[in-house]
Amino acid sequence: MPTGDGAGPPQRDVVVLTEQPPHIVPLGDRALVVQLGDRIDSGVFQRVRATLQRLSGAHPAIIELVAGFASVTVHYDPAIVGGSTVDTPHATLSRALEQRLADFAGAPPLDARVVEIPVCYSGDLAPDLATVGERAGLSTDQVIALHTGARYTVQMIGFTPGFPYLAGLDPRLVTPRRGEPRTRVPAGSVGIGGEQTGIYPMATPGGWNIVGRTPLAIFDSGREPAALLRVGDEVRFAAISRARFDAMASA
Amino acid sequence: MDVHAARIANLLVGNAEDAAVLESTLAGPALLFMQATVVALGGGDFGATVDGESLAPWHAIPLRAGATLTLGNAQRGCRAYVAIAGGVNVPLVLGSRSTFLPGRFGGFEGRGLRAGDVLALNDVATPSVRRALAASLQPMHGNEIRLIAGEQQPLLDERSGNALFAAGLQVSARSDRMGYRLEGAALQLRAPVEMLSAAVTIGTLQLPPSGEPILLMADHQTTGGYPVLGHVATVDLGAVAQLRPGDPIRFVPISLEEAQQLYLERERTLAALRRVLSFPP
Repeated sequence: MPTGDGAGPPQRDVVVLTEQPPHIVPLGDRALVVQLGDRIDSGVFQRVRATLQRLSGAHPAIIELVAGFASVTVHYDPAIVGGSTVDTPHATLSRALEQRLADFAGAPPLDARVVEIPVCYSGDLAPDLATVGERAGLSTDQVIALHTGARYTVQMIGFTPGFPYLAGLDPRLVTPRRGEPRTRVPAGSVGIGGEQTGIYPMATPGGWNIVGRTPLAIFDSGREPAALLRVGDEVRFAAISRARFDAMASA
Repeated sequence: MDVHAARIANLLVGNAEDAAVLESTLAGPALLFMQATVVALGGGDFGATVDGESLAPWHAIPLRAGATLTLGNAQRGCRAYVAIAGGVNVPLVLGSRSTFLPGRFGGFEGRGLRAGDVLALNDVATPSVRRALAASLQPMHGNEIRLIAGEQQPLLDERSGNALFAAGLQVSARSDRMGYRLEGAALQLRAPVEMLSAAVTIGTLQLPPSGEPILLMADHQTTGGYPVLGHVATVDLGAVAQLRPGDPIRFVPISLEEAQQLYLERERTLAALRRVLSFPP
């Protein structure tokens, strides 16, 4: 699990540009990593987003782009890049991507979708809500107000398919991961892990503190696209009653 | 898991290399064919028989309607592949026909097969052929696995740096399609390192704090935050997939340049095989 530094709300109107060329390193023989920084902050994150946008469709050998907190990983087929007697596919593709990223300064500000996620913060759907409150010296109502009052940014999709890592948690809600992970966290559970918050798309083991649950399908393999959220989305949580949760969950 | 074996088995029956095949781990099923077709076996040797007559890996044979193909226990290797002309008819999910067991989607109803399941085949006009893959083209699998250095490999302490490439590592019983845990050498970094989660890939060798490295396989998570010791060369991923729990595994260093060269050579060989085996000739 990653650690966060509680990056603030995204600076919507500013794209922080690279001062120096991105650093490209191999990740095995069929992937490479474009490194864009060594910390989690909104400036680095904007560079991740701009890089994703810039590399999308940039080369026929690219199979998939994966955003990290401070990097973009490019999965590729070396056979499509081809090789020469002089250069490996890695060297050839790296050079092509460096050229593609060279004129970063022209990157336009990026559009962010705003997605509202209904969450029921009560009873057995929120087993760790009281723990988070006690740690912070807050009532559960105050915890809910802080959690729903913030704007979050999807910084990464990972762990299990569709799992959004959200930055923007109020510092008062920062809560370390549970000492002993649960063997099963139900799908839709909204958790706090350190300085981040996220949503479990499917029932899996998990160590984050569960403060509520959404009736929305965060990941549905039969839907196009399967993942509800994508990197760069702005997320807001809205509290709903248990009755509303049950109605939406059974709809 | 052994993608290379599945690709060759598909080529032997005239399929596209990414047609859906059946994968068996350690023990296989008995399959009753309700229509005539052509099948090929790839990967490990599971002592397969067709109506009592043995069928070796890397062979394709025609089956009559009513024939039974039986796979037994793994006698060599860990995973066997059954390719059937036309391919198993399962939907494309996220660009793949594979089953993702942890997510319960993909493949056949997102689950492993059970006795009594009926699978549909894609219609295809396949000549009734018998084929055997030349021995020189059959993948050779050993316990030596070539490893490209990972970013944090230089941070291992001296003892661990040696132990990574020494005899003594073996595949743990706590291994699955997501990853192989390797036991036998508690590896340690000279000092703890703070990592930001970033992408990982099949073949990535991670080092969690326990000191037992994890070799990520087909169902790996997309991102990870543990130090990365290396990446298995793609051409050796099939060999890893054929290792069983308890098997020794011995890493041998390889450069990125050589690993990519071997990959390109293998792809050229497969392309040649594809031309030779394509229907019609």
